[in-house]
Amino acid sequence: MKPFTLATPTDADEAVRLVADDPDAAFLGGGTNLVDHLKLGVATPGALVDITRATSAEITDLPDGGPRVGAAVRNGDFTADRRARERYPLIVQSVLAGASGQLRNMATIGGNPLQRTRCVYFQDVTTPCNKREPGSGCGAHGGYTRYHAILGASEHCIATHPSDLAVALAAVDATVRVLGADGERTIPFTDLHRLPGDAPERDTTLAHGELITAIDLPALPMARRSLYRKVRDRASYAFALVSVAAAIELDGDRISDVRIALGGVAHKPWRAHRAEAVLRGARPLEETFETAAAAELADARPLDGVDGGNGFKTTLAARTIVAALRDLTEGARS
Amino acid sequence: MDAAISLTVDGEGYRLTVDTRTTLLDALRDRLGNISPKKGCDHGQCGACTVLLDGRRVLACLVLAATVGGAEVTTASGLAEGDTPHPVQRAFLDHDAFQCGYCTPGQVCSAVGMLDEVAAGWPSHATTDLTAEPRLSQAEISERMAGNLCRCAAYVNIVPAIEQAAGEVR
Ligand SMILES: Cc1cc2nc3c(=O)[nH]c(=O)nc-3n(C[C@H](O)[C@H](O)[C@H](O)COP(=O)(O)OP(=O)(O)OC[C@H]3O[C@@H](n4cnc5c(N)ncnc54)[C@H](O)[C@@H]3O)c2cc1C
Ligand code: SF4
Ligand code: FES
Ligand code: FES
Repeated sequence: MKPFTLATPTDADEAVRLVADDPDAAFLGGGTNLVDHLKLGVATPGALVDITRATSAEITDLPDGGPRVGAAVRNGDFTADRRARERYPLIVQSVLAGASGQLRNMATIGGNPLQRTRCVYFQDVTTPCNKREPGSGCGAHGGYTRYHAILGASEHCIATHPSDLAVALAAVDATVRVLGADGERTIPFTDLHRLPGDAPERDTTLAHGELITAIDLPALPMARRSLYRKVRDRASYAFALVSVAAAIELDGDRISDVRIALGGVAHKPWRAHRAEAVLRGARPLEETFETAAAAELADARPLDGVDGGNGFKTTLAARTIVAALRDLTEGARS
Repeated sequence: MDAAISLTVDGEGYRLTVDTRTTLLDALRDRLGNISPKKGCDHGQCGACTVLLDGRRVLACLVLAATVGGAEVTTASGLAEGDTPHPVQRAFLDHDAFQCGYCTPGQVCSAVGMLDEVAAGWPSHATTDLTAEPRLSQAEISERMAGNLCRCAAYVNIVPAIEQAAGEVR
């Protein structure tokens, strides 16, 4: 492991300054992803700036009635929060579906959406990877692609984003509060992550030295009727093959509003706008759910691979969308 | 690059200077001679290195020691009261909840931390009603202990051991 300095500022401006002024510096949250990458040689910073004292570890109420979740709130503490459990089942379930109890006690709300892909070629420094080493090629093409993308990929990178929390935050239209050297700005959560295009080394739209200080959740009363459904290779402690975060609002026999985002299928949490458009105003019928899922996956491009590829994901994603909608409208359908 | 830190480990205070790259696991094992937490994978995947950090279960292999100066660490060897094993340790003995024992200190620390989380009302992925007080079924125990792998597959005895301990702790 390359040597690095470690700073533990208690002030967010100081944390930003320390990273913004040093191209070789990185923020350290709970360390559950970054410390692993230091060991693997995937990340080689010369300076680490611990942000767990520099950002808030509190959940506070915003004037509009939504909560503000400080970046240093641990994933476990978020799932324990009674308001979150009552008002945002999909978000709490997404966190509970990820990692393990120990890891959730360490991981932060700011660090979780910024965890990097689990693409095995990205994690193995002996193989080419455009994300780790721009221009070196993509080791995953034609390799093991079971965990890779079916939507929005490019020839340069076919990786998926591994965070469960990020999928739920995309579904509810959360807002990311960011502090940079030039001051504060907010980013709609759905604009935080990027598609790979020809620059897969950039996972997000954050600039070097920009610190996530908090995530704001919208009041969104419909989120009470919501869920997170994750399909994986074993029942627990595994990343998603496919996941769905969904919330629905019914008005009489019609769907008045709906939010859907998919995980495990793309380089970013995939907000299912096309499926939502089919469902809004429609009756909550199984056939309509299927039409909506098919619309969302019309552009899916499955990959070949030595493991048989990931063609199964298109069907699996469609079925998972339908199952999630069925669960959410149970009792409302006749 | 070095950092000077103090740590309380199993009730005893220490001052040490560590390279910033040192994990809490390596500091405990190599610097303080506490070999109770084990290094199974060193990548956060197995749970063998689980300790209680300020009362919470964490993976010592992914904690940089220099970030937790001043903290209180409890390992499995610090859980007993004198010669009396902790109820979780007693339950593991009663149920023969191990074979080689390599994962056991991590399992025990994880179970202690997990039972505290349940007592505090934390839900899990196995909890159907997120707003209700969780009840510790076998499915709940398996889910909450999913981060602790056992190469010998002693799970069939670990789950009942934790059920027994759950009745006694509190
Ligand atoms: C065995 C294992 C299984 C896992 N399973 C799952 C799973 O099923 N689902 C899932 O979603 N996750 C899973 N995870 C990943 C885990 O959830 C993430 O590692 C964790 O959420 C990252 O948060 P952190 O605070 O530890 O981030 P860190 O590791 O500290 O940082 C991650 C990245 O974010 C940057 N960063 C951190 N905080 C900030 C901030 N406030 N502002 C700007 N940049 C910041 C860091 O520089 C780094 O690049 C698993 C991890 C392991 C080891
Ligand atoms: S899919 Fe992306 S992350 Fe994986 S090897 Fe290719 S470029 Fe790297
Ligand atoms: S050694 Fe820490 S989780 Fe395996
Ligand atoms: S008892 Fe051998 S690994 Fe668990």
